[in-house]
Amino acid sequence: MNGSLVGSYVVPVHPHPLLVPEQNEGWSRLRAAFDEARDAIKESDADLLIIYSTTWPSIIGHQIQADPNPQWTLVDQDFHDLGSMDYSFNIDADFAEAWNEANHNRGLQSRTVAYHGFPIDVGSVVALKLLNPDNKIPAVIVSSNVYANRSETTVLAKACLDVIQKTGRKAVAVTAMSMSNRMFTEFIDPSDDRIHSLKDDEWNRKVLEFLEEGRLEDVAQLSRTIHQQIRVQKVVTFKPMWWLSAMNGNRNNLTGRVLAYEALHGAGGAVVQLDPTSTGMGDKEYDEDDVEYYRGERNVLDGEETTEADDPLTPSSGPALWEPPESKGAVNSKAAPKPVGMYPHARQVGDLLYLSGVGPRQPGTNSIPGGPIRDEDGNPVEYDIKAQTRAVVENIARILEEAGSSMDKIVDVTSFLVDMDRDFAGYNEVWAATLGHYGPTRTTLAIRALPTPIAVEMKVIAKI
Amino acid sequence: MTELPPTLMAKGSIVAGCLAPHPPHLVYAENPPQNEPTSEGGWEQLRWGYERLRESLSKIDHDVLVLLSPHWQTYVGTHFLGIPHFEGLSVDPVFPNLFRYTYDMNIDVELSQAIHDKAKGSGLAVKMMENPDFRVDYGTITTGHMVNPAFDKPLVVISSNRSTHYYSVEVMQEMMMELGRVTREAIEESGKKAVILASNSLSHRHFTTESEVPEDMSKEHIASHAMHLWDMRIIDYMRTGQAQRILDEMPEFTEQAIAESDGGGLTWLLSTLKVPDYPAILHGYGTIIGTGNAIVEWPCYANEGDVQ
Repeated sequence: MNGSLVGSYVVPVHPHPLLVPEQNEGWSRLRAAFDEARDAIKESDADLLIIYSTTWPSIIGHQIQADPNPQWTLVDQDFHDLGSMDYSFNIDADFAEAWNEANHNRGLQSRTVAYHGFPIDVGSVVALKLLNPDNKIPAVIVSSNVYANRSETTVLAKACLDVIQKTGRKAVAVTAMSMSNRMFTEFIDPSDDRIHSLKDDEWNRKVLEFLEEGRLEDVAQLSRTIHQQIRVQKVVTFKPMWWLSAMNGNRNNLTGRVLAYEALHGAGGAVVQLDPTSTGMGDKEYDEDDVEYYRGERNVLDGEETTEADDPLTPSSGPALWEPPESKGAVNSKAAPKPVGMYPHARQVGDLLYLSGVGPRQPGTNSIPGGPIRDEDGNPVEYDIKAQTRAVVENIARILEEAGSSMDKIVDVTSFLVDMDRDFAGYNEVWAATLGHYGPTRTTLAIRALPTPIAVEMKVIAKI
Repeated sequence: MTELPPTLMAKGSIVAGCLAPHPPHLVYAENPPQNEPTSEGGWEQLRWGYERLRESLSKIDHDVLVLLSPHWQTYVGTHFLGIPHFEGLSVDPVFPNLFRYTYDMNIDVELSQAIHDKAKGSGLAVKMMENPDFRVDYGTITTGHMVNPAFDKPLVVISSNRSTHYYSVEVMQEMMMELGRVTREAIEESGKKAVILASNSLSHRHFTTESEVPEDMSKEHIASHAMHLWDMRIIDYMRTGQAQRILDEMPEFTEQAIAESDGGGLTWLLSTLKVPDYPAILHGYGTIIGTGNAIVEWPCYANEGDVQ
């Protein structure tokens, strides 16, 4: 299945457009922009809304809402006099669980939450009530981790994309966030609302100009600067843009539209639509690391320091991992698992690319989707051949992409199965849904064992 | 009954001021009937500290608990709970696995309004919170529970204005010193005996991972040596009656220890106590997911000449 992101939106977090749009013309225009965004989402046939909310801070990694039907009455901590917000949402708990698992596969700390009475944050409530008022589109909400840096936030998005692609969803990504977030610190008459300062207003307009040009990755890379200039130093950096840009492939050639930009008690509130359709702006330079797996500061608890046995580079069982050598014609990818010997991921000769045997192990974590075939004592355990086979195909795709090739250029595949009787059908099913589409020749062999506790490996020859 | 003019009424007083931190882990570890998750204990040093504080406060006659919670965060002014009774379910958005607490508490609206009015008169932006659907924050509930699990005394609950983040620690201190001054004034005029509670930790750098068993104490320690040094320095000032030095060093402490004093509670507390120069009682110190927490009592009743 091939899922995709069919649209992205930036929406403000304060409750004024939901509760009292009539009290200020700007709030009313924001409400109209929410309505326009709602209609556009409906027309896109999206089947999933993903909310990244800055008003849901978390500490222990990221949290993902997984209560299928959370219901409560929310009152804003500051603007309680504007009224109460009853909510009852349709949450896609299965997607939430899959995203959580994908996060773990990419080295992230995360967990799902599904508790009666869990306080869904104001940014998420405003976004879901206005963008999806009849709950027809299932939603997922993720927190904003107060300690997360760019790499962690980027990987969070990539894990989400993993699940979108695997499940074939047509998803819309929404960041619930302010632009400048400096509010007036005193009570004001609604008619007196304006952006807190000329400086904040100018920065907001510059950021919106970028977004209108589809230059999302440029905004993401300016995140720290924007934060220093127009943000109250609470939620570290302008991090929702890291997430949204990674959700869009870190691109600068989107099609952007600013539907509204107004003041909300002094803060900058904007409704922005970002269509994935490429514009002529072109994809600009890319400065920062394109991180695939998070390996930052995590194990800070005593007794959980990274030990040799825990280090993904040193699996607890099986052979040691090697850094792939940079020999002539070698192609190595950080997005592929480390080899178990001194050989490259691939080698180019002329216009042909020869891949070393590719298994399902995950880069960074060295985990095996679908589980290993034996435990650390060598006892056989249950595993999922389909999950392993899919992971093999994904690893092949990453290596080909690194080499400048692609799946449709694969010429020949030799597959190795450790248990032909048990696994051929499942392996064959995944093949048909993936590599089979591209039509390479194939040979499948039964072998006694592979170096790591995996059930399937493939040897690939492709054209460049 | 004829109401006496303020000058003829018995003068109210602050009988004790306490640093009473609010990590929900402490409630979780106690397994009270109000909290749904259950534990095998944990964080005993702090919980025993709270036991000592409760024992100490049980010997002091008091009518009301006045609490400032860093987890009711307001950006537009300082707010006060303004309805006599609140009840409901509180689920911690950060640690929902530990804290799902059914609360039931009474508010001393009269005293809340009095502090509100005085603060407004002195130029602070303030507001009464009168929406009956409002959910009380878990910081208030945790500190309220640990100090008085029966919730049989009314509370005044004050929000944490985030002026540190908007401006600076210095501006926060200026505002909280004033809020503390008018809090004391309102209490004295009310004729009531009050215990002041600042619901905040000291150093506040969390671990970003949680043990499989959250109460596994073999995993608990301070986040870093620097945090430990800061916590001990501040506690030493408390124990030796040097509150003014805490205020003097607040900007450095707040920044370098990422301290929860950023919420203003500690400054407000010291101000209500007129920046005490007498020793505080340290009932307990311990860490919770890496943050430093002290339970400290300033026994005003024994050290201020005008306290009855």
